[in-house]
Amino acid sequence: MSLFNVFEIAGSGLSAQSQRLNVVASNLANAESTTGANGEVYRARQVVFSTTSVANAGAESSGVRVSGVIEDQAPLRRQFDPKHPMADAQGYVTFPNVNVVEEMVNMISASRSYQTNVDMMNTAKNLLLKTLSLGS
Amino acid sequence: MIGKLDETLDFQASALKLRGYRQQLLASNLANADTPNYKAVDFNFAESMKAATSAPGGQVAPAPLQITSPAHLRGIASAPPGVRVQFRGALQTSIDGNSVDLDAERAQFADNAVRYEAAVRFLNGQIRDLTTAMKGE
Repeated sequence: MSLFNVFEIAGSGLSAQSQRLNVVASNLANAESTTGANGEVYRARQVVFSTTSVANAGAESSGVRVSGVIEDQAPLRRQFDPKHPMADAQGYVTFPNVNVVEEMVNMISASRSYQTNVDMMNTAKNLLLKTLSLGS
Repeated sequence: MIGKLDETLDFQASALKLRGYRQQLLASNLANADTPNYKAVDFNFAESMKAATSAPGGQVAPAPLQITSPAHLRGIASAPPGVRVQFRGALQTSIDGNSVDLDAERAQFADNAVRYEAAVRFLNGQIRDLTTAMKGE
C-alpha cells in the first residue's frame, strides 16, 4: 500500500529535519563559546543529508537521513579584547566561526521543511481514513 | 455476473492505486527537498492509467527480475504495472544538484490528494448504486 510508505518517508524527513534543527540550536547556543568540550574553539557544525531507501517503497522513492555532521572549516573569528580572560599574547580572542544570520535562515528553512513533512503525514492519514470508510 | 461487478469497480480501483503511488513519489520529492543531488521524480498519469486499463484483464503483470547473486538488487515491484517513473524537468536548478521545486511539488501533492479523494468518492458512488440496485427498493 503506497500511502503507508508516505508515513515512512515523511517520518524520515521529520527526524532528519529535527536533527538539523538540533545542530542549528547547538551552533546558536555556542556562537560565543571560546572553549569547546575538546578544549579547542567551537566550530560551526552542519548536517549532510542523503537519500535512504524505504522498505517496500522501491527504488524510485526514497526517504532522507542525516549521513554525517561536518565541522565548518572557515577561519575562526578573531576579536581584539585584551581584557578577555581567553585573550592571547597579542590581545586577540578567538571566537567560533558561527554566522548567526546564516544559522537563523537555516533554522527557518528546517522548520518549514518539518512543517511540510507533517502536512504530508496528515494528508496521507486523511486519505487512508477515507479509503477505509469506502462502501459504508 | 461477478466479473461484470468487478469490472465496474476496476477503473476507479486502478485510478486509486496509481494516485496512491503518485502520492508516495511526491512525498519522496518533498522529503528530499534539501538533499544534495536528489532529482525529483514523477510519472505521466494519463499514460499509466491508459496502460493499466487497456491491458487484458485490467492488469499487466510486472516482469520479475532475475536474481543470480545475493548482491543483486531485489527490484521490489513497488511501481504499479504500466508506470514509467521519470525524472522531472527542473524549472530552476540549484547549485547543490537538487531539482526539487518545493512550491510545484506541494501544489502537485495537494492536487493529487484531491484527485485521490475524488476517486474514493466515485468508487463510493458506484458501490452505493450497485447496492441500491441489489436491494430493489
